[in-house]
Amino acid sequence: MKLTVNGKLRNVKAHPMKRLLDVLREDCGLTGTKEGCGEGECGACTVLIDGVAVDSCIVPVAHAEGCRVITIEGATATKTGKALQNAFVVHGGAQCGICTPGMILAATPLEIGASLDEIKVALAGNLCRCTGYPAIFRSVESALKTPRRKSSRAGHL
Amino acid sequence: MSLVRPRSLNAALSLIASDPTLMPIAGCTDVYVGLHFGTMAQKRFIDLWRLKELHGISVEKDVVRIGALSTYTEIIESTIVQKRVPMLVAASREVGGAQIQNRGTLGGNVANASPAGDTLPVLAAANARIVLRSKNGTRTVAFDSYYTGYRKSVRQPDELITAIEIPRLDGTQWWRKVGTRRAQAISKIMIGAVRGRDVRIAFGSVAPTVVLARKTAAVLSAGGSVADAQAALRTEIAPIDDVRSTSEYRARVAANLLAQFWKETA
Repeated sequence: MKLTVNGKLRNVKAHPMKRLLDVLREDCGLTGTKEGCGEGECGACTVLIDGVAVDSCIVPVAHAEGCRVITIEGATATKTGKALQNAFVVHGGAQCGICTPGMILAATPLEIGASLDEIKVALAGNLCRCTGYPAIFRSVESALKTPRRKSSRAGHL
Repeated sequence: MSLVRPRSLNAALSLIASDPTLMPIAGCTDVYVGLHFGTMAQKRFIDLWRLKELHGISVEKDVVRIGALSTYTEIIESTIVQKRVPMLVAASREVGGAQIQNRGTLGGNVANASPAGDTLPVLAAANARIVLRSKNGTRTVAFDSYYTGYRKSVRQPDELITAIEIPRLDGTQWWRKVGTRRAQAISKIMIGAVRGRDVRIAFGSVAPTVVLARKTAAVLSAGGSVADAQAALRTEIAPIDDVRSTSEYRARVAANLLAQFWKETA
């Protein structure tokens, strides 16, 4: 089965019902994606398939075939991802860190300038057991703050 | 475990006609929970996720037609559903979180047949119809008569749900879900209701299947008091104690939600 993971074309030999989470961790060696609950409740295993956030513990790899998958390893290579990663460090958005990759991936589809309410809705499917939600929301809010325009020609992100 | 992946609806219908033990899967948000906990008896699956014929939301002859594999996100973003069935948008927004809404489908919610399925009271209140298709043809079943018991429906093993149809609704639509928290919580109880020329009130998680409270609605339609309607409602629901709530709590909250619906839509 062919899928593009973080921009790299992968040809994996796996059962089509194998969880995307396990293919990423075991077949692709990308262990940044964490397993929390294993039943689509906690969001720790969130990745993007063609830009859409999914819980990779309840997605068969068959549904990622021919698609572009982004994991935490790839997300932090983008401008938004890097800004989110830095903001989580600066604002203490990570405590034990297990939920962090999922939080960052769930926040990635948000647009620059997203409101606190929009951030809360986007992260509603991600649980943090260290009760760090305010710091997580602050991190995402700060990363997605509308950049001050330096010239009248606003740059395309 | 096996997975067959037909490339068209017709191919899928032929496959399930020749092997009714194949279990249809799509968004998989319920399937993998069962697999994870070892409660899933089925081992052989047929994948419908990419069948184009089962996607799309349209209006045909004034009826809203929602392809069975429309995700909650697609329903939330659909201007047709926003305009015609806002209570379905409201219910879809409260299913899981973004990740579940991006994968879970309306047809899946109907097919899974859980008494706690969030969209089911909406479909009952909306007088929806379920479109079933087999190799031999298509039939349409009123949502009201779709379920025959706990997790049982009139769908035959060789049939697939292809769409959900919702007629034009007049009046005010109302939806509430009561759960442990706002996101990612399975419902303790929910209500979908329409107050127009007709009054239609449906409750979820208060019986083995979704309940369309006809007697309760009739009391209110005839100008009866909320107290009389609440008394009628108690005879139409059969809530139980389970991991999420108690019978007593559910009966009380159902009565409160009924009163709130009638007050807020006055």
